Formats: sequence, C-alpha cells, structure tokens
Amino acid sequence: MGDISPFQFQVVAALIFLIGVAGVLTRRNMIVMFMCIELMLNASNLSLVAFSREIGDDQGQVFAFLVMVVAAVEVAVGLAIIISLVRNRDTVNIEDASQMKW
Amino acid sequence: MTEHTNEALRWIPLLPLAAAVLSGLWLVFAPRELPRVLVIALAVGAPIASFAIALAQVFSLATGLEAEQRFFVDNLYTWISAGDFHAELSFLLDPLSSVMVLVVTGVGSLIHVYSVGYMDDDHREDKGFQRFFAYLNLFTFSMLMLVLGDNLLVMFVGWEGVGLCSYLLIGFWYLEDANAAAGQKAFVVNRIGDFGFLLGIFLLFWSFASAGMPTVEFREMAANVGLLSERVVALPSALSFLPGFPSWGLLTLACLCLFVGACGKSAQIPLYVWLPDAMAGPTPVSALIHAATMVTAGIYMVCRMSFAFSLAPGAQATVAWVGALTALFAATIGLAQTDIKKVLAYSTVSQLGYMFIAAGVAGYSAAVFHLMTHAFFKALLFLGAGSVILGMHHEQDITKMGGLRTRMPWTWFTFLIGVLAISGVPPFSGFFSKDEILLAAHEAHAVPGHEWIWLIGLVTAGLTAFYMFRLYYLVFTGESRADHHTRDHIHESNGWIVAPLVALAVLSLFGGAFGLPDAYGELAGVPQSNSLHYFLQPVAASPPHQIEASTEFGLAFTTTLVGLAGIALATLLYYVRRDLPAKIAAGIRPLYELVRDKYRIDELYAALIVRPLVGFSRTVLARGVDQGLIDGVGVNGVARAFFAGGDRALKYAQTGYLQSYVFAMLLGGVLLIAWLVRGA
Repeated sequence: MGDISPFQFQVVAALIFLIGVAGVLTRRNMIVMFMCIELMLNASNLSLVAFSREIGDDQGQVFAFLVMVVAAVEVAVGLAIIISLVRNRDTVNIEDASQMKW
Repeated sequence: MTEHTNEALRWIPLLPLAAAVLSGLWLVFAPRELPRVLVIALAVGAPIASFAIALAQVFSLATGLEAEQRFFVDNLYTWISAGDFHAELSFLLDPLSSVMVLVVTGVGSLIHVYSVGYMDDDHREDKGFQRFFAYLNLFTFSMLMLVLGDNLLVMFVGWEGVGLCSYLLIGFWYLEDANAAAGQKAFVVNRIGDFGFLLGIFLLFWSFASAGMPTVEFREMAANVGLLSERVVALPSALSFLPGFPSWGLLTLACLCLFVGACGKSAQIPLYVWLPDAMAGPTPVSALIHAATMVTAGIYMVCRMSFAFSLAPGAQATVAWVGALTALFAATIGLAQTDIKKVLAYSTVSQLGYMFIAAGVAGYSAAVFHLMTHAFFKALLFLGAGSVILGMHHEQDITKMGGLRTRMPWTWFTFLIGVLAISGVPPFSGFFSKDEILLAAHEAHAVPGHEWIWLIGLVTAGLTAFYMFRLYYLVFTGESRADHHTRDHIHESNGWIVAPLVALAVLSLFGGAFGLPDAYGELAGVPQSNSLHYFLQPVAASPPHQIEASTEFGLAFTTTLVGLAGIALATLLYYVRRDLPAKIAAGIRPLYELVRDKYRIDELYAALIVRPLVGFSRTVLARGVDQGLIDGVGVNGVARAFFAGGDRALKYAQTGYLQSYVFAMLLGGVLLIAWLVRGA
C-alpha cells in the first residue's frame, strides 16, 4: 500500500464517481441507473477512507460504514419501487415512468 | 399606607363584576339558567352589598377626615408605566364620587329589586332572566368604575363599559328589529361623543406632559392645572368666523373636546337623538341607565374636571348654553308625545340640560344636587311607568290609558309624588334642586347672556310641569280608554315592584333635605343647611356669591309660580276641558305635527349625515376599497398572481422525467461547490 499516494486514491474515487454520474444521466434502464448510484456511493466511500487514513483519524471510516448502511437501506427501497413498477408497467425503462408532473 | 388609603373601595365595583361574570359564564357554559332564587340572590345581593360598603366608607370619609382632606384612595396596581408616566388602576372616593357612588348603588339596588318583579314573567326569550341580570350587574360595575376611577383612563374604561351595557340592554329584546336598531343607534351616536372625549384626554395628557407633568390623575391635574392656564393654541385661518380668533386657550379647547363626550353620553344637542330611541329597552333599564345613572356621567365628568372648566370661560359658556337650549328644546318635544316612556325620555333630556346649565355657570353643587334628586324622581317615574305598562299588558300609548288611579293605587300615589317633584312643587326634592340651578344661572355674571339662560330655565320649568301633569292626567284620571279586554285585566303590580316605588317616593319627597338652601335653613335655625354644597366645595368649588335671602325667595317664588301655572294649564286642558287639546292641535296643525314628529331632527340627520355616509360607505368604501382594493388586489390578487405564475411558467419545470431532475440537482451541486471553493 505504501506506494500508492493519497492523490492517486482520490483520482480513482473521482473517476468512479464520474462514471456513476454519467450512468445515471445517460442510461434509461432503472437497474443500471441504480447500479450507477451504488457506484457513486462507493466512490465517496473510497474517498472518505483514503482521507481518513491520510489524516490518521478514524472518523472517516465511521462515515464510510454509515454510508454502507444507508446504501443497503436504499437498495431495499429502490428495488421495491422498481419491482412494483415492473409489475404495473412491465418495463424498467425510466422514460415510461413520467406521470409525476402537472 | 396613609390615612387616605382604603382597601375597601375595590369591593364596591368588584362585587357586581363578580356577580356579572359568574352568571354570565354560567349562561355560556351551562345548558339552562341557574335556579331563579340564586340568580336573584346574586343579582340583587351584589349591588346591595356594594351600597352597604359604600355607605360605610362615605360615612367614615365624612366623619373621619378634615373637610379639605376628604379623600380615600385604593390603588390596585400600576396599569400603564412608560417613562415618567404612570397610570394606576386605582379608585378615588371623595365628596363628588361619594354622592355618585351612593346614587348608583342605592338607586341601582332599588331598580335591581324592581327588575325581579318586572322581568319575572317575561318569556320572550330563553334564559332571558339571567342574561338580563348579568348585563345589569355588568352595567353597575362599569358605572362604578366610571365614578370611582382615580384618573381619566380608568374613568374612560367605565365610560366605554356603560356604553356597551347600554347597547346590550337597549337591544335586550333583539328579536324585534326595531330594538336592535335602537341599540345600534345609541352605540354609534355615543361613539361620536366618545371620540371627542378621547381627543380631550389626549390633549390634556399631551399638554400636561409637555409642561413636564405627565399625568392623567385627577388630583395631580387639579393641582397643576395652573401650568396650562396661560397656554393658547392658534386656530387655522379657515376658522376665522369663530369667536376668540386667532387663538383659543388650550384648556378651552380641551374642555370643549371633553364636553363633546359629555354631550354624547348625556344626550345633549346635537347628540341627544339616541336617548328617546333607547326606550326600546326594558323599563328598568330606562330607569337605571337612561334616567338615573349613565346619562348623568357627562355631568359628573364636567364636575370632575371643574378645575379645568373653571379656567376656560368659553367652554363654560358653551356648556351652559347647550344645556339651556337642550332643556327648552326637549321640553317642547315632550309636550306632544303620546308614548309614556317617550315623554319621560324627553323630560330626561330636558333635565340633563338643566344640569348642564348648572355645570356651565359653575354651580357644580347645584348640578350634582339636581343629578341626585333627578335620579330619585326620574327613576321613580320610569318605574311607575313600567308598573303601568305591566298593568296595561305592555300598552305604552297614553291616549289608550286613563282612570288607572283606582286600579293601581300604589303606582298612582308614588307616580304623583314623582310628578310633583319634577314639576318643582315645594317641598318636594325637585323644587330645591331646580331652584338652586336657576339661582346659580341668575347670579352667574361671568357667563354671557346668563339672564337669558335663567329665563329659558324658567320657561322650561313651566313646560315641564305642564307636560308631566298632562301625562299624569291622561294616565291616571278620567275614563279608561283601553279596549275592554285590557281594561278587565288591569291590576296593581306585585311587591317586588311596589316596594322600590315607595322607597323612591320617600327619597323624592325628602331628598331636598340634603341640599336645603342656606336661606331656608336659617329660617329654621339651622346654619349652613346646604350640606351637599359644603360637602362638595373642596372638590368642585363653586364661586362664592353673596345672595340676599330676599333675592333667593323671590326667585323661588317666581319659579314656583311658573310651575303652578303649567300645572294649572294642564289641569284645565286635560282634566277640566278634555275636548280642548284636540281642538287646539287641529287649529295649529302644522306646528303640532312638527313638534309631535320631534321637529323631524332624525329625518334631518338621516338626510344630511346618515344617508350620504351610508352611500359613501357602500359605493366607495365597501365596493371600492374593501371589495376592490383589499379583496381584489390584496387577498385574491396575490392568490391569482401565484396561480397564474405557476400555471403559465413554473409548472413546466416539472417534466416528470427523472433524469432531468437529476441533471438539475447535479448542476446545482456543481454550482454550489464552485461557489464554496471560489476563493481557494
């Protein structure tokens, strides 16, 4: 581990995050969008843990655990929404779910 | 704690308040009235207890303190405190408020007793009995606040309170529109007067404060009124027609403002029009509020502020002249009225004018004396009229009465005493008090035209005697003109009603003894027999005048003669030659109809003031300002603007596509971060 610099960790985290953002913005498949959100969350986790190690403070790692828990909960809720949408509309395309407006 | 502190005073107003609140709250929260015995005990007990306390305190005031130092103060708490200015909620018992408190609680208690008999079988409304007494006790409380208040603010609270109760009680039988309208009229006309009163209070406070003495307390104002005596206010050039232009004394202006308030409350020209209509209320209300107590509040206020009026000769002359004109004007209207209560109402207006004559010519003790005797005999007359109305099954038209003398002997006898008292026949109480007023007017050389005021008073005395005896003859003598159904059921009233009549008759008969003029006392070997005058002198000082006993007796003789002439004329027209009045009325038909229609002043006010004001309110204020500006632009306009903004523009931001939301969120996040790190 000694040869990887803190900067490199952050670059990797930023890249993963951007991949997630791009996926959420461009893909229409809800499952894929969902996975992209997970990517963003994990990118931020990586960033948090890296900073935590750099500073020598455990708080960052505690935050990472918190994010994991929230992510797990979110997965449960999100998947439930997707399943109910599939049951009603027989689709996972996000553009088919555009009724929530005026 | 000094010898002037007296914590018993607070209970005088608080007991009626407690009774009113208790029975009022019960009415609000309980499904039915309290047991009638309890209602009566509460309602009648409270004023009687107040009267007992007041009597004890007045006694210890009169006997325990030096004449110049006669006052008790009961300070409850500091009500308003701002910088140097403090207004306490405190009560003051001095000779002037002593007389008033005794009249209010004494006559008030009798009327409360009477009301039990009068309202007992009144079933016009659910829970009316208890509601009536709750209002009546609330009135007694307010009136006591008014007369006991130690400063102008406490007085004003009572002043407004009695106005409210008057409104509530005039419209007591509110299911009939006319009664409710009469209540509203009284309230609105009184508001006009109250506005003047408020301006007077503000002006006095402002001028005392700018003289370095911020106070509204009576004794402090009286002690420092000299600070203001030299100050003048410049009049705008548009008012150059006024006497005294280009500047008025500050006190003159303040006193005139106060007098506007007194005009409203005490029914003087031009604000008298509410009082005759106020007869729509139950008769005990007319007796208590619209004859004995509330309407005398204006006279009390002028006497209370006598230290200011005495330094404002212009205001005093105005008071005297308005009083004189009202006395004459109302007396003439009284000549042609056929409603028993309306005759008494105009007579009240006229007698109040008498009191203002006295207050205007600085005969404050005469004013208070007449106030007291008037409370006795006018309450008696109203209660007697109420007894007649009950006996006649709510008939009030005197042309349909007659011959009640034998059917209602107690009512007849006591009513006759009241009529004799108001007509100024010696030795009834009204003779002495009226005489003292006319004497004061005759000797008031400081007031311009004082001999004319005296003459007007004299003529009014004759008119009063005439229309009161006209009333008496039409109601009690001759053949009954009622339909046979009513005639068969005429009956004397019960003991609740007769007992107060007798008590008031005794007071009307002997009430003159409180202020027996010195000249009469010396005949009987009693020096300084005008005890009321000497009692009041430290508070409301009348200028001393040297009157020869011969002048006094001469004036009294003239007055009595005029009164007797009025009685004789009434006897001729309404007892001996009953056919004459109709012929005379037919002979001067236009004049008769004008007087009968009260000079059509109400119609004049309606055309000049009420209708333009109502029209202006309807079109400009209601339709233009309220519906157009406030509702249209303000309330609905704002709502419509938001709706239109959302409907035309903002709603399109809600696309329904998740990814556009995410994009907006991301953009926001990026901008936020950019802003946060902008300096780094």
